[in-house]
Amino acid sequence: MSDAFDISQIQNIIDHGIPHCADIGVRVHDMNADGVTFSLPYQERFAGNPVNGVLHGGIITTLIDTAAGMCIYARLQKYMPLATLDLRIDYLKPATPGEDVYTHATCYRTTKQIAFVRAIAYHSDPDDPIANAVGTFMLKSTTGKTLNEAADEKRTKS
Amino acid sequence: MTTMTSEDFVARIEQAKQSSDWRPVFEMIPYFTYLGLRLERTDGRLICILPEDKKFIGNPTLPALHGGVIGAFLESTALVHLFATQEVTRLPKIINITVEYLRSGKPIETYAEAVVTKPGRRVANMRIEAWQKDRDRPIAAAHANFLVS
Repeated sequence: MSDAFDISQIQNIIDHGIPHCADIGVRVHDMNADGVTFSLPYQERFAGNPVNGVLHGGIITTLIDTAAGMCIYARLQKYMPLATLDLRIDYLKPATPGEDVYTHATCYRTTKQIAFVRAIAYHSDPDDPIANAVGTFMLKSTTGKTLNEAADEKRTKS
Repeated sequence: MTTMTSEDFVARIEQAKQSSDWRPVFEMIPYFTYLGLRLERTDGRLICILPEDKKFIGNPTLPALHGGVIGAFLESTALVHLFATQEVTRLPKIINITVEYLRSGKPIETYAEAVVTKPGRRVANMRIEAWQKDRDRPIAAAHANFLVS
């Protein structure tokens, strides 16, 4: 199982299986049963405040949503189609312009059909977060291909 | 970053309110430009539009829009609605947002509309809905709080 969940495999899914994450440049740092850690380098094109360059909340939502889904794979140690049911985000403080944003997401409970997740976003200190989030996901939401299969296919083709 | 001040920004919003042309405001916000957002007024209602773009896909096998993009679009729609309908003296700050995903979003043009459920002096409570071809089949809904003063 360790091969399936090494960091390069997850980065491969991001880069080839999730077009939007590839476009914004999500990076994978850590992935184990306790959760995942991803980051997004600061980019001016994602600023929401034209006066001071503070990132738009939406890009932090995207980073958290991505990590929140992936931490379910890490907990279950397998891939399956997921659908986000809901995601709540509290913005605790503005992101500092110029600094990369990290997110750590943990799946703390799964049932046969549902996964419960919590996540934070931060710069360098997880104890001083930018945002706190909780979300619920539906497991096996479709019968289609999983993201790792899609990423492998795309990489083989290109 | 540009050398724009808060006053410049508020002035541009005031200008847009007069002219009903929101492009100069959208162009100032880098993330709005990245999303390619537009605003249209139909029958007195403000509808925000997210264009079709492959870069917004989160699941290529369905295919479906990335949930994060949908959340970002809902948040942006709420912000624009505040610009257009409230007295804006500073850029409203988001406090929190809860997004409910109702249907998978196809990678096509998407629309959203916001309402202010409670226009408080300090906090505005908002409800936002996004849909695609059929207004009666929303793909997502959200509620959010913004600090407005």
